[in-house]
Amino acid sequence: MNLRKFAPVAAFVAFMAAFPWMVAPFDAISHYTDVMVFAGIFCLVTIGLSLLMGFAGQISLAQAAFFGIGAYASAILTGRFGWNPWAAMPAGAAAAAAVAWIVGVPALRLKGHYLAMATLGFGVIVHIVLNEEVEWTGGPSGMVDIPGLSVAGVRVLSETAWYYLVWTFVAAALIFSYHVLHSRVGRALRAIHEAEKAAEAMGVPVASYKVQVFVYSAVLASLAGSLYTHYVTFLTPSSFDLMWSVRFVLMVVVGGMQSLWGAVLGTVFLTFVGNEWLHVFADFEVLVYGGILLAVALLVPQGLVVWMQEKLSRRRETLLPRSE
Amino acid sequence: MTSPRFSSSDPILILQDVHMQFGGVTALKGIRYQVPRGIVQSIIGPNGAGKTTLLNCISGVLHPTEGRISFLGRRVEREPPHRIAALGMSRTFQHVALFPQMSVLENVMVGRHVRTRSGFWAAGLRTRSMRREEAAIGRDARAWLDFVGLADAAHLPAGALPLGKQKILEIARALATDPALLLLDEPAGGLNTRETEELGELIGRIKERGTTVILVEHDMNLVMTISDRILVLYYGQPLASGVPDEIKENPEVIQAYLGDEWTPDEGAPIMNGQL
Repeated sequence: MNLRKFAPVAAFVAFMAAFPWMVAPFDAISHYTDVMVFAGIFCLVTIGLSLLMGFAGQISLAQAAFFGIGAYASAILTGRFGWNPWAAMPAGAAAAAAVAWIVGVPALRLKGHYLAMATLGFGVIVHIVLNEEVEWTGGPSGMVDIPGLSVAGVRVLSETAWYYLVWTFVAAALIFSYHVLHSRVGRALRAIHEAEKAAEAMGVPVASYKVQVFVYSAVLASLAGSLYTHYVTFLTPSSFDLMWSVRFVLMVVVGGMQSLWGAVLGTVFLTFVGNEWLHVFADFEVLVYGGILLAVALLVPQGLVVWMQEKLSRRRETLLPRSE
Repeated sequence: MTSPRFSSSDPILILQDVHMQFGGVTALKGIRYQVPRGIVQSIIGPNGAGKTTLLNCISGVLHPTEGRISFLGRRVEREPPHRIAALGMSRTFQHVALFPQMSVLENVMVGRHVRTRSGFWAAGLRTRSMRREEAAIGRDARAWLDFVGLADAAHLPAGALPLGKQKILEIARALATDPALLLLDEPAGGLNTRETEELGELIGRIKERGTTVILVEHDMNLVMTISDRILVLYYGQPLASGVPDEIKENPEVIQAYLGDEWTPDEGAPIMNGQL
């Protein structure tokens, strides 16, 4: 890794490590650590989704449903059956992967945006099941008293501890995804995105790769759901409805689809916007939220990350002729 | 890879009554043809004769409405392009279809995809075998860039290359799949004279390696210089086939190219590279 690439990563890691300690002394923002725990959980969802959208060129409107599968799998297995949370987590992820495969195989064999349609329907079904299967999920009133998490025998209790735990997961997901993108598999995905017909002619099984990325995104969403469950320790179906799936898509779009950093930036930004900064607008909150999205779509359609990169590297750009 | 009954003296490609219909339009009307191993086989014909449609049928981009295609002794007319690529066929496109934002080297590395196997998990975890394979992919891709003379451009974005080099890069990417059969769809389109000469020389070296080449091309100088055999298509049907000298003098071919307005006094432009 060369210096130009390494420096921003090191700065990011240092900032993230210091974050809870920077905000703690200030009462007005000390709860930002809590917001960042949620942002980190959502990042796991959007990192997978950005691979799907930015590299496999497909939209999923069921990420909240996979998030819900992980959350409820963890809640039920630990709360009802007394499983260890660390065993319930991969069980939920395996269930999400199996479901994603079943939904994805037929939808992704067809060209076009059938996955968006299929996942839209699937997301609605999951939400209905969570509401109606009262015996298992508690129905609309949800589940309470879900056990917390322990790491090496120590309960993860404080927000700061949760912050480090969640962002360790995010770091792992980023590193794994980065490696995937910079490999034979990642080249195939980028090739599919840039010229699908040429990728096929080079022997890339396009449908199979799209399914793999979709399954990966479902696994990450499910892990995020498990973490969410053990952090908030209660669940209601409203956290896993279509609106949340749309929010995840927006986080990726606002940050920038073609970059893992875009997913992280967009997610943190919209989590703060949605959970914190817009409350001052009271009734106009939704209006301002919509305005921000509109502004991003019109002014920086490539996403915030690309816009920032262009600002930073404009000098370098002028040296290299732009491709046609 | 090849079927047990296939011997190296058999034709590499056999077309049997290949029909292709788009709605009411019949683009290919029963092509019956065989391509022997190790030659440069050109396919020529006026615009709309069905040359590119035929290449698309052979490479699996289109599935013919009727007929059989066997490649290395295997039926492939219902196979998807990625499986045909794995069997040992590769191609370039009439309108350059590179991965423009990826580097020149990465484009060729994608060509190695079909001969390598590291999957999602191995990539994400960067296992030792994955890293070893990745190094081999890089080495092979560089060797192919050397072979076509693009090694200096390895780290440029493919989209930044001039058209002539993009066409060469497409060939390097196709070669990286280790094809037994290479389909080139108008590789000289948009090239200047010197670039076209270099292309002809490159195709010669590809043939020397034992790769069979099928060339769809409008540049008659190039076709007549490097082809071992030529198939002329006319309205979706074979009009003539033979060695370049036979084709040049075939009155039907000249008629097909020039229509009724041609008179023998004007000479046949097919020999002057005008078509």
